[in-house]
Amino acid sequence: MEDIYQRYKGFTGKKVSLMIFLLVILFAVALIALSQGAASVGFKDSFTALFRGSGLAHAIVWKLRLPRIVMAILVGWGLALAGTVFQAILRNPLASPYTLGIASSAGFGAVMAIVFGAGFSNEYLIAGNAFFFALLSSFLILGIAKLKGSTTETMILAGIAIMFLFSSLSSLFQYMGTMEEVHEIVFWFFGSLSKVGWKELGIASVMILLPIPILLKLSWDFNLLAAGDESALALGVNVKRIRMIGVILASLITAGSICFTGVIGFIGLVSPHITRMIIGGDHWFLLPASALVGTVLVLMADTLGRIVWAPQVIPIGIVTSFIGVPFFFYLLMRRKREYW
Amino acid sequence: MLRIHELNFRYKNINALEGVDLQLNKGEILSIVGPNGAGKTTLLKCIARIVKPEKGTILIDGKDASEMKRLDLARCVGYVPQSSPSKFPITVFDTVLMGRRPYITWKPSKKDLEVVADLLMSMDLEDLALRSFDELSGGEKQKVLLARAFAQGPNYLLFDEPTSNLDLRHQMEVMEMISGMVREKGVAAILAMHDLNLASRFSDRILMLNAGKIFCNGEPLHVMTVENIRSVYGVEVTINLSDCHPYIVPIRQIN
Repeated sequence: MEDIYQRYKGFTGKKVSLMIFLLVILFAVALIALSQGAASVGFKDSFTALFRGSGLAHAIVWKLRLPRIVMAILVGWGLALAGTVFQAILRNPLASPYTLGIASSAGFGAVMAIVFGAGFSNEYLIAGNAFFFALLSSFLILGIAKLKGSTTETMILAGIAIMFLFSSLSSLFQYMGTMEEVHEIVFWFFGSLSKVGWKELGIASVMILLPIPILLKLSWDFNLLAAGDESALALGVNVKRIRMIGVILASLITAGSICFTGVIGFIGLVSPHITRMIIGGDHWFLLPASALVGTVLVLMADTLGRIVWAPQVIPIGIVTSFIGVPFFFYLLMRRKREYW
Repeated sequence: MLRIHELNFRYKNINALEGVDLQLNKGEILSIVGPNGAGKTTLLKCIARIVKPEKGTILIDGKDASEMKRLDLARCVGYVPQSSPSKFPITVFDTVLMGRRPYITWKPSKKDLEVVADLLMSMDLEDLALRSFDELSGGEKQKVLLARAFAQGPNYLLFDEPTSNLDLRHQMEVMEMISGMVREKGVAAILAMHDLNLASRFSDRILMLNAGKIFCNGEPLHVMTVENIRSVYGVEVTINLSDCHPYIVPIRQIN
């Protein structure tokens, strides 16, 4: 018995080491990202400017590069976390904010607020409206799952329908809008981290970080949902309530990740899969580890987008698609056991 | 003691259960038999509160099950479903640890881990501990699900067709584990069964259901008669006695 106990301890210890390893990688990528950009403020200068005083380097680091890096971390964290939660509560390996159309509807909410509201000046309205539309689609998905059963195919078909609906509505706004409005919302369709300041960061971080303790508290219930509703109920889980809380929190996180940056695909789908391959399906570890994988992916993709074609910047959404699509095909082809 | 009084359950327009009365003492094994759709699974699901009965009461050690908190109920009633989906990879250890969910607040305690390690050891599953649940054979999976229910530390165990889809050896192994658990811990078990011979061999009592109603209830020798089986299953059988257990040999179906 001691032996199994020790082996299990070693097994969980390895998962913790992996998370520490991911943190180290994240830190390294952040340092590289900090030293890259149109202005020639190199590695050493940008690092000293972090802590010291004034001047051009300081302004570039604090006004341009750092907010962008922090936002990349938040968005990656949020999308991956939301994807993991959606996959758990719908027991569906293809669920994610993007494939369920929830990212698109949150995006539509934000675009609507920008066009009908006061442009980019009212951040609360943008974030709030994005959350409202994210929730709307999430409940639609839950409703369909209840009526037609939550098979992988039904969910994804419904998600595609929702995605098309809200992308078209966003396009309609773009079509009808004035030049100025179009200019403001066009980056939505690619996903971009370029319009982010510290105020947006504040709002997004509340929406993305606040739900984390609750999600961790629910991690065992998520594990049980994976074993089927019947088992979960018999083991004391209030399945309906957990689904409801999970959907609301995942929608909030999705809206927070999307509302100032536009729709960024594939991170929410791919991060939980990569993480599960490495550390398995226990959500106590899967939730934070998957979020960390998301941060590393988004920050790497954004840095890549800034370096490859400098001084031009390729929008983050385009880069993640380039990386995400081949990976998605890889998942489909290898499919030894269903999807992961 | 588990007491069920006047239990009714309706599924759409069909009465799945009608006026079911039942008593079960600790240390007893009760098998529920009956044709497909007789209400065996539904009865188990009502007790585990996976579905809500339309009418009737279920008393568990004197407490009304419908008024208990779900987590409290999970500490005294363990349920092993017919099958468990595994869309996502999870280790055998973590699967059995799920049985400790009623005791976990944030993350499993040292005691939870020790209970699981103990169970895996005593059930001969230690080599599988860190294997993925979905890679196991049918028999191994069933044993792991049994361990998960045992980990709940329940007084009452419910099994939905625990031996279906298993080979002869695993059938015996699973049934012996269940009866071993009942004798050792003094708990009670209810099994929904298709195999009449296994049910007769391992049960103290048998409940025969037909179309949602209790057809008869009693000791195996008393319930497993040529007449009862003919009217409930529509099959003609002969019954041999061996070692005081009835053995049912099917002959032909009756139109």
